[in-house]
Amino acid sequence: MRIPATFIAALSLFALTAGGAAAQEKSLLVQSTTSTANSGLYDYLLPIFEKKTGIKVNIVAVGTGQAIKNASNCDGDVLLVHARPAEEKFVAEGFGIERRDVMYNDFIIVGPAGDPAGVSGMKDVEAALAKIAAANAPFVSRGDDSGTDKKEKALWKAADVDVKSASGSWYRESGSGMGATLNTAVGMGAYTLSDRATWLSFANKGDFDIVVEGDDDLFNQYGVIRVDPAHCPSVKQAEGAAFMDWLLSPEGQAAIAGFTVGGKQLFFPNARP
Amino acid sequence: MRSHEAAVLPIEARGLRYKAGGRALIGPLDLTISQGGITALMGPNGAGKSLLLRLLHGLIRPTAGTISFSGRAAGDGAPRQALVFQKPVLLRRSVAANISFARSLAGGGEHVDDILAEAGLTAQARQPARLLSGGEQQRLALARAMALRPQLLFLDEPTASLDPPATLLMEDMIAGIAQRGIKIVLVTHDVGQARRLADDIAFMHQGRIVEHGPAGTLIEAAETKEAQAFFAHRLVL
Amino acid sequence: MSDFEQAFALALRLLFSFDPALIEIVALSLKVSLSALFLAGLIGLPFGAAVAVTRFPGRGGVIILLNAMMGLPPVVIGLLVYMLLSRAGPLGVLGLLYTPAAMIIAQTILIAPIIAALTWQVVESLEGEYSELFRSMRVPFHRRVPTLLFDARFSLMTVMLAGFGRAVAEVGAVMIVGGNIDHLTRVMTTAIALETAKGDLAQALALGFVLVLIAITVNGAVIVIRQAARRRAYA
Repeated sequence: MRIPATFIAALSLFALTAGGAAAQEKSLLVQSTTSTANSGLYDYLLPIFEKKTGIKVNIVAVGTGQAIKNASNCDGDVLLVHARPAEEKFVAEGFGIERRDVMYNDFIIVGPAGDPAGVSGMKDVEAALAKIAAANAPFVSRGDDSGTDKKEKALWKAADVDVKSASGSWYRESGSGMGATLNTAVGMGAYTLSDRATWLSFANKGDFDIVVEGDDDLFNQYGVIRVDPAHCPSVKQAEGAAFMDWLLSPEGQAAIAGFTVGGKQLFFPNARP
Repeated sequence: MRSHEAAVLPIEARGLRYKAGGRALIGPLDLTISQGGITALMGPNGAGKSLLLRLLHGLIRPTAGTISFSGRAAGDGAPRQALVFQKPVLLRRSVAANISFARSLAGGGEHVDDILAEAGLTAQARQPARLLSGGEQQRLALARAMALRPQLLFLDEPTASLDPPATLLMEDMIAGIAQRGIKIVLVTHDVGQARRLADDIAFMHQGRIVEHGPAGTLIEAAETKEAQAFFAHRLVL
Repeated sequence: MSDFEQAFALALRLLFSFDPALIEIVALSLKVSLSALFLAGLIGLPFGAAVAVTRFPGRGGVIILLNAMMGLPPVVIGLLVYMLLSRAGPLGVLGLLYTPAAMIIAQTILIAPIIAALTWQVVESLEGEYSELFRSMRVPFHRRVPTLLFDARFSLMTVMLAGFGRAVAEVGAVMIVGGNIDHLTRVMTTAIALETAKGDLAQALALGFVLVLIAITVNGAVIVIRQAARRRAYA
């Protein structure tokens, strides 16, 4: 097993330069929520943007909480998430330049066909949650400090249900992303709160269906923020601005509206000019 | 051609003791080997022959006493020396690679091919060393020891587990090495082998040298009763 | 459940259509894990062998530490490397986070202790066999380690395979430091995690089959090489 020195040198070089290749072209990094990535929105949007500008957009899809944390560590140029209070805090603390609405969709509660809590068709989400709690029907929570998780906790609070004390019994925190949480809910026949986009593009639905939708409280607003170069000198300002401007432009907004799964529109652009 | 003798002889052990686990296994022992050729260490099992060989080679440290070669204490300025174990430990490599490993330690010397030819292992050069027969393995171990270019060679019952033809081949090799002026100290309990090879015999009993003299004299007319009994009955009770 | 059949069919289709997206992911998986294996071998083999042949105070502690590190969850290492390579971290200026280099670093840290610990075991047993010979031949220390490593090479191939298996199969570390970015840092395991999150279990399982197939191919290749080398010369 005598390895020639040239072979070793070549391999070392290969190992060390493995990361350098992509750094050459123009690119930017977006810290994003999982719902936008898992639904396939970026697969649809990014080629349009890349073709127009030649800028490669790299997406890191994690929960909103982690995305904000990563961005405040300067590990990203643009933030696209859905938890308005946390987003505003991010800007207020000097990590981001400005927060803009980019699009919305809505949250829904999905549940098994048997509907053990009898909430199917309800329009009042707080009442439905209270009924689920009263029935001790299993409910799976993200429990990962994501945008959806924050929303869900706020809804429980509004419904005046103390889920903390029920955690581990009928209230189960999966501590994982939307997709994994849906898999868990389907697996244990439990209700869960999901964003509509992830649900529509989710492939492992089993006998599950939407049981509660349409309440104004289920509104799901996505915001986009550029990371502040004053805080993070490494940030790619020009590329970040180009991407954000495009998303908010009539062209970008039209592209968002044009993304459908199974004939259904998943995200509704609502950027104010 | 007794070129190495000046660096080796006399081999002297003074007041040598070795204890292990509270038991005195060697000594007190005094030994002077001032002759060239082959010295046989003989004696019954448990007499301490292999232990003395390891002490002389520096594999183990004596509890007390000194060892010197040509008047110089072992350790500093000791002659180049090598040892062949009763059970050969061969590197997991080819026959030739075993030799070239030793050769690289010695920093050169005879060609690998020549060393293998002397051991009658030319045909086996590329074979894995561990797939050789017992006799071939022991000849390889001896050839490898020779690749270290020793001035002094220790052999620990090198033919103990070999059949008669393999034993004879080994003995031919050993005799040839001695003729080149390399001092050999050989542990054996084979009286026939001692008769064929040894110039002098140091006879051991219970960790001491009880008699040391020319091979013929010891085998035919030993003075001590332990040696007499060994050579007469090959048994000391 | 027809998921299994569907997954099998899909795996076969993916493989035999030479799906460019799949090839890209597989190539990156191999590139990252083989680079990590190479670097971890460069560190772990001599280190493990050195621990096997030397006696020093605290050696027992080093061995316990190595063995314990074999069980470190990849996520913990991923987190550690993330904190190092993050722009806010001490090595942030290198700009390595979310690149294959970061993934290679994480996997190297993950498997170097495994290779070192297993090498220690393999070499220590061989050293038990060789130690008296080495002393009788007066082999200097700097020759002992390479000699033992060379003579244990066939066992060490298995050690390297164990390291490769752990690297190519882990998802926790590469997910955090690579970010699972399409066309940049997406590897087999993070792609499987993504497909699972999308609820596309058949696609995820199909990728899993492909991963198993790669593992079988690599293991098979090593066994063939090993046997050929043994037959040829033993040298």
